[in-house]
Amino acid sequence: MELIAETIISLLLVAAGVFGLVGSFGLLKLPDTMTRLHAPTKATSLGVGGVLIASMLYFWIFQGKLSWHELLITMFLFLTAPITANLIAKAHMHRYSKQIKLPDTGTDSGWATFEDETTEVHPVMTRTRAAPAPTKADH
Amino acid sequence: MLRKLFPHPYLTLLLVITWILLVNQLKLGSLIFALILGTIIPLITAPYWPDRPILRNPRAIVGYILIVLYDIVKSNFIVAGIVLFKPNSQLKTTWITIPIDLRTPEAITVLAGTITMTPGTLTADMSGDGKSLLIHCLHAPDPDAVRDEIKARYEARLMRIFE
Repeated sequence: MELIAETIISLLLVAAGVFGLVGSFGLLKLPDTMTRLHAPTKATSLGVGGVLIASMLYFWIFQGKLSWHELLITMFLFLTAPITANLIAKAHMHRYSKQIKLPDTGTDSGWATFEDETTEVHPVMTRTRAAPAPTKADH
Repeated sequence: MLRKLFPHPYLTLLLVITWILLVNQLKLGSLIFALILGTIIPLITAPYWPDRPILRNPRAIVGYILIVLYDIVKSNFIVAGIVLFKPNSQLKTTWITIPIDLRTPEAITVLAGTITMTPGTLTADMSGDGKSLLIHCLHAPDPDAVRDEIKARYEARLMRIFE
């Protein structure tokens, strides 16, 4: 029984390490910023996830107590990874705004980052109020 | 009254669970402190989040989370395969526009996050009126298929949860 548990945990750790390595290699190999963003947001999430599952299993089987910290780490990771990727992508779009050919929005307004500062960007934030026009009193 | 004290009940619940997971033990003291935090933090942040999101179908969230977790694992293998075995010259990277029917900001945020975490796609921006998303694809020989899959697989489910 112990041998099986140890084998599973080791396999998880090795697989996680491989995925972490692939993610880092992707950073080196892919050609530009936007494609490079794909490698760390994805290939590493399984890398970290594998380590966390292995850690949970280890503490559960060998220490006899269930550790919940790993679930929290996973949650925080899944919350922060898309936001980081989004910010890097936007910074990149601004820096190379002349070279990058963006597709049309398909609607009347442009992409939110390139909108004029004075334009009201609607995050469709309001259901209760009719028009999402924040006045000074709202802040 | 109750609504004033707990402007975001789901946030309160989430904070309580998070705090209990953080201290890693279920004792009365930590539960009370979790409740205090769960009351104060939503109260302080309420002005930045004026509307309470409507969860029409909370039970569907579990199914959604399972599907997204499965897709994340799958996308790890796909992206790893692309990184390791596909020469850069064969990569077909494209930008695509996805028109979205979701209207609540919470639902759009979840959709954008999901797209970033799943196979070879990454949300870069939203249009100014919140009616379409800008997606970057790592390798998409058929951009229309990607768009249809996102709309059918994620957006339809989010629609059932949120709107």
